Amino acid sequence: MSDTENRRPETGAFFQRDRDWHPPAFAPGYKTSVLRSPRKALLSLDNTISEITGPVFGHSILGELDNDLIHNFAKPGESAIGERIIVHGRVLDERGRPVAGALLEFWQANAGGRYRHKKESYLAALDPNFGGCGRTITDENGSYVFRTIRPGAYPWPNGVNDWRPAHIHFSVFGHGFAQRLITQMYFEGDPMIWKCPIVGTIADARAIEQLIAPLDWANTIPMDARAYKFDIVLRGRRSTFFENRPEGN
Amino acid sequence: MVQNLGYLKETPSQTAGPYVHIGLTPNFGGISGVYERDLGSSMVNEKTLGERITVTGRVIDGAGAPLRDALIEIWQADAAGLYNSPSEMRGAADPNFTGWGRCPTSAEDGTFVFETVKPGRIPFKDGRLMAPHITFWIVARGINIGLQTRLYFPDEAAANAEDPLLQRIEHRHRAETLVAGGRAPNYHFDIHLQGEKETVFLDI
Ligand SMILES: [Fe+3]
Repeated sequence: MSDTENRRPETGAFFQRDRDWHPPAFAPGYKTSVLRSPRKALLSLDNTISEITGPVFGHSILGELDNDLIHNFAKPGESAIGERIIVHGRVLDERGRPVAGALLEFWQANAGGRYRHKKESYLAALDPNFGGCGRTITDENGSYVFRTIRPGAYPWPNGVNDWRPAHIHFSVFGHGFAQRLITQMYFEGDPMIWKCPIVGTIADARAIEQLIAPLDWANTIPMDARAYKFDIVLRGRRSTFFENRPEGN
Repeated sequence: MVQNLGYLKETPSQTAGPYVHIGLTPNFGGISGVYERDLGSSMVNEKTLGERITVTGRVIDGAGAPLRDALIEIWQADAAGLYNSPSEMRGAADPNFTGWGRCPTSAEDGTFVFETVKPGRIPFKDGRLMAPHITFWIVARGINIGLQTRLYFPDEAAANAEDPLLQRIEHRHRAETLVAGGRAPNYHFDIHLQGEKETVFLDI
């Protein structure tokens, strides 16, 4: 199904999730979470085969422009308006090992902070050449790259004057469904990161910093695009030494 | 001082937000021409083995209203109890069944629909069989980290009674939140985020 087929598949259970590192379900500063947050304790259980396994996607699903948001919605010969950037990085697990064959899907607002969505009401203009979605699959080293424009900041109804810092949404599949993750990437040096109620759902400043992509000057393409580097870490697998399975199983 | 274990921290989750459709189901969201079709929109084809079923449902908030901007993914075994995954070591799953589906809830009434097959039973780590089940993963605006739960089947009372996960739930009425309504081939599964009927969510 994918490039990872030649490797020995991993079958260990995943490390327990550090729920204090993630935002809690109930975070009243982000008002929508109030009615959408479970209030009872989660049921904790070691992974079963249902969580250890997960869908894996092959390169056959990808179109040629899927990782080029500057062109994948643009009319022929035209391109999206905005600051041209490259976003690249690696998908690793908590043991620091590359996650090859990970499907990444990303979406974002245009350079003016406007999303192409029927529910979007911000008065900023749509860019006729920008759709706002892309996807790619990590290579053998867990590396990925895509090209886009730097998204704009935008206001949103929460407090009277709340704004989202510039960000790109990421959805990530690893090799097990327990690794499924959605997150957001922010940009180094943006003072609005620290004013945002959605960023603020995360308690630990070090965890927030894990979402801020540094400007990667070395990989900037001269006269073309600046680069930002964003590494993503998925849950790691326990080693399967001495598992307490019945003999002969 | 001791040696450093060298483990990394998992990237923290952030909400999928109100525009999750742009990224994950762009055709549904009105962005056509980028992807041929939305990923996960079809799990079966005409050759898929097993009993065809339909699962419909809603995700209901603490005020009793269905979420009309949520996105649901499901992951399940095929009719023989095998997962279509490289980490499946017990045998080859049905190549005509993906095991994975993705569906946005309707903007009108908040329903989701999955056309799939009834999954077979899968062993728990101690070798006991789990009851047939489907893993659900729910993201939306206002949900800070994807919620995971399971659907079990109402016509599997004997298997459900010996299921290791259901047995772990202390209160019987809580366990019932994981059992779908309806009957073959049309099941209904409402997920309650809060309140009296709050669904059991998993940290797994
Ligand atoms: Fe956003």
